[in-house]
Amino acid sequence: MDTTVATTGTEGQKWGGASKPLNVSYGKMMMWFFILSDALTFTGFLAAYGFSRFKFIEEWPIADEVFNHFPFLHGTDAPMFYVALMTFILIGSSVTMVLAVDAGHHMNKKKVSLYMLLTIIGGFIFVGSQAWEWKNFINGEYGAVKTKGGKILQFLDVETGKRVALNEFVKVGPRDVETYGNSEGIWYTTSGEYNATYTIEEVKKGFVDNPNVTIRTQQLIVNEETGASEKLVLSREDALIKLNKDAVGVVEGANLTENEYGAPLFADFFFFITGFHGFHVFSGVIFNLIIFFNVLLGTYERRGSYEMVEKVGLYWHFVDLVWVFVFTFFYLV
Amino acid sequence: MADHAAHDGHKLAIFRGTLKFKSNTQKIWGVLIFLSLITIVEVALGYIKPDFLNGKIIGLKLLNWIFIILTLVKAYYITWDFMHMRDETSGLRRSVVWTSVFLIIYLMVILLVEGEYIYQVYKNAAVSFDF
Repeated sequence: MDTTVATTGTEGQKWGGASKPLNVSYGKMMMWFFILSDALTFTGFLAAYGFSRFKFIEEWPIADEVFNHFPFLHGTDAPMFYVALMTFILIGSSVTMVLAVDAGHHMNKKKVSLYMLLTIIGGFIFVGSQAWEWKNFINGEYGAVKTKGGKILQFLDVETGKRVALNEFVKVGPRDVETYGNSEGIWYTTSGEYNATYTIEEVKKGFVDNPNVTIRTQQLIVNEETGASEKLVLSREDALIKLNKDAVGVVEGANLTENEYGAPLFADFFFFITGFHGFHVFSGVIFNLIIFFNVLLGTYERRGSYEMVEKVGLYWHFVDLVWVFVFTFFYLV
Repeated sequence: MADHAAHDGHKLAIFRGTLKFKSNTQKIWGVLIFLSLITIVEVALGYIKPDFLNGKIIGLKLLNWIFIILTLVKAYYITWDFMHMRDETSGLRRSVVWTSVFLIIYLMVILLVEGEYIYQVYKNAAVSFDF
């Protein structure tokens, strides 16, 4: 391995790296300062998220309603349980990582490779879970109506106060599609409703026909008894007026411009911040894989030091650290 | 340094020396249990949302303050024990931690105050924003 190291004739002297500032190697120190700068990047994103949330405090979605799915428990309201599980997976993979670092200090190649492998598996499970969360969020659950001012109106059962999905009270009418062929050069013409599951007119009609459905607006009111903030539920009469006067479109699920749960900005920040974090997890898994193969090849055994494992370990823990904050600010607060 | 620095140069005591571990591996599992407990408490509080925690302190609900403080506690133990910040020199520790803590508090306070102000403008303006 000596052949790959250039000699400069300053070895053993101060400028040849004889003394370590802060008693830490160059690589580890730089990893720390990279982490510092990356932490500030995430701070910028989360601070922007906080700014927008305070600005649109009323129409901000209630996290418990958005993320309430759990695999194999269809229709069960399980708020946060899945993200909590994801948190445990990531903390668990952090633990196997730090165990790998510890095994590296004891020059135990077998244990290092085992723990690295477990860390990589945990990372993959986490990225997969995030994809599943995205899928649920993008598909949505109940559907809602958008007003002229860009606010969201959601539907509730008058008696139970439970959410009602659009497909429970809206009848789908005919869609006007005129088909053409190759000779005309276009496939079809339509009034634009062809792709929509429901049109706003169909929702309005379904609402009139079903007297047990009412509307929940985004306006926050404080419950006098408990002190909890709740969204304002309109009376049946007010709901009819509101729907006929203001509603302009149907929203199903969430994307970068629309969000059935509330402010579209929430969806933008969710996709961007969890996406950026997921990208970090993914690149962390790749780094871990590279180091894992190096461990298997015995590179660090020959080098006499497993410090590389320590450096990717720092990065991996940082990813865990960011998730702790994302978890709090997206799901808990 | 001298009293709780054991083998490998790892400091093996947490909670300001009240809980001492025999080896680094043991400390890792101990910290995992502690972090899991905090997460369970967070999820339980988020699920139940007790009414007596709805009171507001400095613009935020008491419950939200609890979440933020628990998060910072978790962040501390991840950094100190998983990332071994406990074992680094005070110079490195301060240059990383003080820098980030100062800048994060600075940015957060400014942006949150500004966001709240714009909300008030929207809410109390002559033009309605809810239509």
